[in-house]
Amino acid sequence: MSQAKLEFLDRSRTFWNPGKTQDWQDMGIDLVIDRREGYYLYDMDGQRLIDLHLNGGTYNLGHRNPELVEALKAGSARFDMGNHHFPALARTALAEALAACAPAPDMVYTAYGSGGGEAIDIAIKTARHATQKRKIVSIIKAYHGHTGLALKTGDDRFSKLFLSEDTQGEFIQVPFNDLNAMEDALRGRDVAAVLMETIPATYGFPMPKEGYLPAVKSLCERYDALYIADEVQTGLMRCGEMWACTKYDIEPDIMVTGKGIGGGLYPIACTCIAERCGGWLKEDGFGHISTGGGAELGCIVAMKTLEIVQRPEVRSMVSFISDYMRAGLEKIMAEYSDFFIGIRQHGVVMGLEFNHEQGAKPVMKHLYHNGVWAIFSTLDPRVLQFKPGLLMTQADCEEVLRRVEIGVGLAREELMGSLRRSA
Amino acid sequence: MMQPQIRNLIDISDTPAALKGKADMVLERARWAAQVFQRYDRDATMAIVDAVAQAAHEHAGRYAEWAVEETGFGVVAHKKLKNELTAHPLVEHYRDQDFVNVCVDEARKIVRIPRPAGVILALTPSTNPIATINYKILIALMTRNAMVISPHPAARACSVDAVQTLADAALAAGAPDGVIQVIADPSIALVEELMASPKTAVILATGGTAMVRSAYSSSTPAIGVGPGNAPVFVDATADIDKAAKRIVESKSFDNSALCTNESVLITLTEVDARLRNSFKQAGAYLCNDDDASRLRRYLFHDRGFNIESIGRDATWIAQECGIRVPTSTRILLAPITHIGVEEPLSREKLCPVLAYYVAKNRAQAISQARAVLRLAGAGHSAAIHALDERVAMAFAAAVEAYRVVVNVPCTQGAAGFATALAPTFTVGTGFFGRSSVGENIGPGHLIHWTQMAYNNDVAETFGNYHGLTQDFGGPLPQAPSDGVPGSNGYRGATAEQHAGSLPGVTRDELRRMIAEELRAVLRK
Repeated sequence: MSQAKLEFLDRSRTFWNPGKTQDWQDMGIDLVIDRREGYYLYDMDGQRLIDLHLNGGTYNLGHRNPELVEALKAGSARFDMGNHHFPALARTALAEALAACAPAPDMVYTAYGSGGGEAIDIAIKTARHATQKRKIVSIIKAYHGHTGLALKTGDDRFSKLFLSEDTQGEFIQVPFNDLNAMEDALRGRDVAAVLMETIPATYGFPMPKEGYLPAVKSLCERYDALYIADEVQTGLMRCGEMWACTKYDIEPDIMVTGKGIGGGLYPIACTCIAERCGGWLKEDGFGHISTGGGAELGCIVAMKTLEIVQRPEVRSMVSFISDYMRAGLEKIMAEYSDFFIGIRQHGVVMGLEFNHEQGAKPVMKHLYHNGVWAIFSTLDPRVLQFKPGLLMTQADCEEVLRRVEIGVGLAREELMGSLRRSA
Repeated sequence: MMQPQIRNLIDISDTPAALKGKADMVLERARWAAQVFQRYDRDATMAIVDAVAQAAHEHAGRYAEWAVEETGFGVVAHKKLKNELTAHPLVEHYRDQDFVNVCVDEARKIVRIPRPAGVILALTPSTNPIATINYKILIALMTRNAMVISPHPAARACSVDAVQTLADAALAAGAPDGVIQVIADPSIALVEELMASPKTAVILATGGTAMVRSAYSSSTPAIGVGPGNAPVFVDATADIDKAAKRIVESKSFDNSALCTNESVLITLTEVDARLRNSFKQAGAYLCNDDDASRLRRYLFHDRGFNIESIGRDATWIAQECGIRVPTSTRILLAPITHIGVEEPLSREKLCPVLAYYVAKNRAQAISQARAVLRLAGAGHSAAIHALDERVAMAFAAAVEAYRVVVNVPCTQGAAGFATALAPTFTVGTGFFGRSSVGENIGPGHLIHWTQMAYNNDVAETFGNYHGLTQDFGGPLPQAPSDGVPGSNGYRGATAEQHAGSLPGVTRDELRRMIAEELRAVLRK
């Protein structure tokens, strides 16, 4: 490590976040991201990393995608954040663009947050207003953000720390893929909404069982609860369609998109709301106020993002990348079958499962030292989040596979020693 | 209820970033397709080729009509024939050549492994839009390449539709998605981006000189071809009647929209009268000096050749010029007394007008033929009608053309449809014509070979490569969409499907169709 980086890390510990800074050092990841371009990150000491973390799809289209940069630059010649109190050209234009590609035909409204957490809060508030009920059902180990309401729907690791967990019994969590638990939670008809990541990301992408999500939607209908689809990590073509929920035949009442929609350049998040659920927007349109939410420059970038991801070439490339990565990973899995035991996949949303309760951490470390950046699942460290970008080149995919084969081998050796591989 | 609209508040579509973004995306999709295509074995490849040829054949008539309607160039029946010739017969021509499997040369102790170019950027012209598209797509598919087609704007609509039709047929036959793509909106700026991109392996450029030069300037490897301006020499030893008939057949074929058409006829004093008479019999109209001036003024503006006249009927052109001709007139013969810069009629004419020059002797005739190609069309085509092979040899060795066709219509002959030359719609003009290739372009130009070479020393034995092939994986198995009904997890290698054989057409039927088409061309 360079002297410059050592000094920088001290500053980071002193002025920014001592815990987070140190944790990475303890995990053997001394990454300080400096330059970035396409799917490459460059550490401040110069090491190149192929980015398969993408911050949950934030960098779907690559870092500093030139078309998005151009849209942002050109947009800044006319717009700024805008005045959130007034009808605004860019906010409405983006709302229309979202309505045009929404997963349900009656999803006409978009309310804006400045990040995914805020957009989830808007979704929850909208559902509560529409149903005049308070309870929200989410999935154990779900992750929807760190704002007031979103925080209560997630793992208590993040809420208890701040004495911010639910104490009113308004936030119920049930196991994923457990329809009985879901029905038990809804049976009382006192639930405003079920909040569902189509594929729970931070939990390591466990995949919904066949029929699970449609059954949850039916239960919502039976017990008068709304279905909120959190498409922050699964939307925008990552599953091969604009929104993953449509692949599971879900027409949500409310949908949240964030991260990737801002192209990694201008933070913005959107809550798309079916007309019949958006009563508050008529009753008191000033009900949710957000100075930064739906900033118009963000809207400009988001519209370009939507336009790009809907090009036919992108659909084709997502399919190639999914198939190619899978074929390559299958070979690596066969080679290290006693360690690398499973692949969860829907499109370019992938989770690699290892036969060790912390298995993904050494894999992450060895990939890091072999030029690939992919992060473990915070809430299930057996699983490595493996998230190729939508526009990855064949050459880069081949590079990733070459490096993953090496990295997984080293991680296996570290955890299991040089034991004979099982056949 | 009000419907949502996509309203573009900030338009960046003309910026370099947007153009590059668009070009990159199309080309990267093609690169993916090319990579996967290289996993296909020969049977799977040829099944796709045959299916696409069949689609090209079935739509030959419709696109012929569409092309003539859109561009105004050429003759529907002839365009249909060209579209058909560039379907099954083109494939049959290469049927026995293997561009997929390794090739073992025991004697030289060399093993050759075919390596497709990858992504080919094809520029297609307005004069022969569909035939060129058929031909380029098929030679790309035979060699397991991906192709991006950028059509000439004047033939945009029919070209885009035709490429899409063939791309759909390829996909249906098992080709990787995106193996054939078309640029629906081919602006000059976008085409320049596509040409300059390192994602393009080679540019296959057929069209105007400016575009071809631009391809060569792009820094990407290019196979570009120059314009034609074929001289045809009718020698005293020629069968004069047959020569006149063939030349009329050639010049009137698609009204000379092919660049291989004869442009300047050169004959000898002693043949002149007989030849004129034979031409008259064959349906040519012999212009007088006044007619020739009218033609000269009409066909050549200060800016160059009048594109209005490209591929038009002889009678239509005569009428435009105010020349009265019989309605049965198939070509116009315009006598000229000079060849070179001072005589525009000695330049390329993509219409059924043939300049007619009488030389004093063979030496002068050859010298004038060289002058025709010096003016324009270097490296392209020339024709001779002669029974004396010494004359033919002297002519062919002198003119700077890489194909000299003998006693045959030049239009069809030089393009490989009435000779044993490779059937083509891209005629390599070689070094004479500032091009990289001097032959008729075929599939062989779209691959290179990795050569495994063994030690010459007789003591070192060559390996036994019998029965060894590259590792053909076939199409990539489809990745699962876990939890989606019907996705059924990952099926791995067992999911690999191979494209079926050509449906509905037996080999015999195919042969019959080809024979019919060839007879039609060779009728003369």
